[in-house]
Amino acid sequence: MLIQARKKSDVLSSEITLHSVFMRRREFLRAAAATSAAAAIGPFMLSDPAMAGMKLPNVQKTKWTRESLGKDDDLTPLKDVTTYNNFYEFGTGKGDPARKSKDFKTKPWTVVVDGECEKPGRYSFEDLIKPHELQERVYRFRCVEAWSMVIPWVGVPLADIIKRLGPTGNAKYVAFETLVDPAQMPGQKYAILKWPYREGLRMDEAMNPLTLMAVGLYGEELPNQNGAPIRLVTPWKYGFKSIKSIVRISFTEKQPPTSWNMSASREYGFYSNVNPLVNHPRWSQAKERRLGGPTNVFGFVPKRPTLMFNGYEEEVAAMYKGMNLARNY
Amino acid sequence: MTPNNRIRWIAKPAVWVLCLAPLGVLVWRIVNQDLTANPAEFMNRYLGEWALRILWLALAVTPLRIITSWNQAIRFRRLLGLFAFFYVTLHVSSYVVADQCFDWLAIWNDIIKRTYITLGMGALVILVALALTSWGAMVKRLGGKNWIRLHRGVYIAGVCAAIHFIMMRKGFQIEPLIYAGILAALLATRLGPILKKRQAQKLRT
Repeated sequence: MLIQARKKSDVLSSEITLHSVFMRRREFLRAAAATSAAAAIGPFMLSDPAMAGMKLPNVQKTKWTRESLGKDDDLTPLKDVTTYNNFYEFGTGKGDPARKSKDFKTKPWTVVVDGECEKPGRYSFEDLIKPHELQERVYRFRCVEAWSMVIPWVGVPLADIIKRLGPTGNAKYVAFETLVDPAQMPGQKYAILKWPYREGLRMDEAMNPLTLMAVGLYGEELPNQNGAPIRLVTPWKYGFKSIKSIVRISFTEKQPPTSWNMSASREYGFYSNVNPLVNHPRWSQAKERRLGGPTNVFGFVPKRPTLMFNGYEEEVAAMYKGMNLARNY
Repeated sequence: MTPNNRIRWIAKPAVWVLCLAPLGVLVWRIVNQDLTANPAEFMNRYLGEWALRILWLALAVTPLRIITSWNQAIRFRRLLGLFAFFYVTLHVSSYVVADQCFDWLAIWNDIIKRTYITLGMGALVILVALALTSWGAMVKRLGGKNWIRLHRGVYIAGVCAAIHFIMMRKGFQIEPLIYAGILAALLATRLGPILKKRQAQKLRT
């Protein structure tokens, strides 16, 4: 099924005389309905899942480009971004998500919005994303396991979506949940974590300009293994905070439970800000391995120092002023 | 062909080939740049898994002998043990070279601060001692009883390695527990003869 984009040959109302409009009003109404339906579908194909990976049109560039990062922050090759994933819902091996998510159904997709807000309800993926302009953000991505990537995400600032949903004064946190469907997600047959996967942000973190609801990468729709059709990206936090395949957004008064914290509270905290000075109990966080990057003589990648807040200190440090980051890890 | 020659010229070479096969596959993958996005981590985990499997095979020799009464099995024990040590050496080397890039301070910090690496290093030290004393002349030098006592260290090394594997993973994962379960079963089969001997001794006194 092709995009019903507006063609140059479509007649605009301003080009038709009043009399013609009146005489051809049924044609005009039909044309207006067709173009508004096309605008409603917009960049998204209401086609079958096999169309996943289609190019996203009308993606706006932002100040977060490759050039805004360091000279050693080359984009991670698409092959690595899409075959090296931690998505335990599909298995614990790095290659499992790519192998086992091929038939994962991402259309239609519903996100339940509830909690302390004025506009709770069941939102289709289109309802949530369509009113917004898609932006490209090239961000560093740092996994808690001490590997990292640079990924050109496509998405919508979470702040813009939140503003539409109208959080009340009681909404201090935003909580997210991932789909539970063991038939499609074989990893969920095992209690590796307590499903559904849960994550959460403080309201100021959720409203931070960096926080992105991503629907694509490298200019295309999100591959299933990267958390299709919609996922969070918080580049100054460890990757597991960037929850994938979101089906629920809740506005809460109290700090919400998060899956890795529930699994091992000594190792994974609510904030999980990238911090080279605070080690994971089982390994150091002072250095990281950039994947797909320049290799040394042996063909391997030497480690590089990890940056405070993954290099986003300027944009986010103010939110944590006065907080003991070793205690609030 | 005598049974002895069958072992010497067919069975043992076969074990050599089988034990070198994982390394061969790895070399193939290195040549073809098929090491996933994180080559250092992939190589390290791959070598570690094979070190564990071959060590478990070495620990399975005695249970095999107990269950089948095939005493010749014992002739494979040293070969398998040394191959396990070989893969352990490669596994640790990949950690020192590819992971830490000879950063000795970072390595030392890892050994003292990260329990699972402390355990891994403990297993390594034991296996080094066993490898260095693995041939016949050492039995004479140490004395039979002492040699046996020293080589019982392999059980401690196995347990350390199993815990090392469990601690490495995030969340609750079945695979390391399966390895631990197999080790427990292998150690349990040794209890049979030991308990029988003790009972026999009790009855005599």
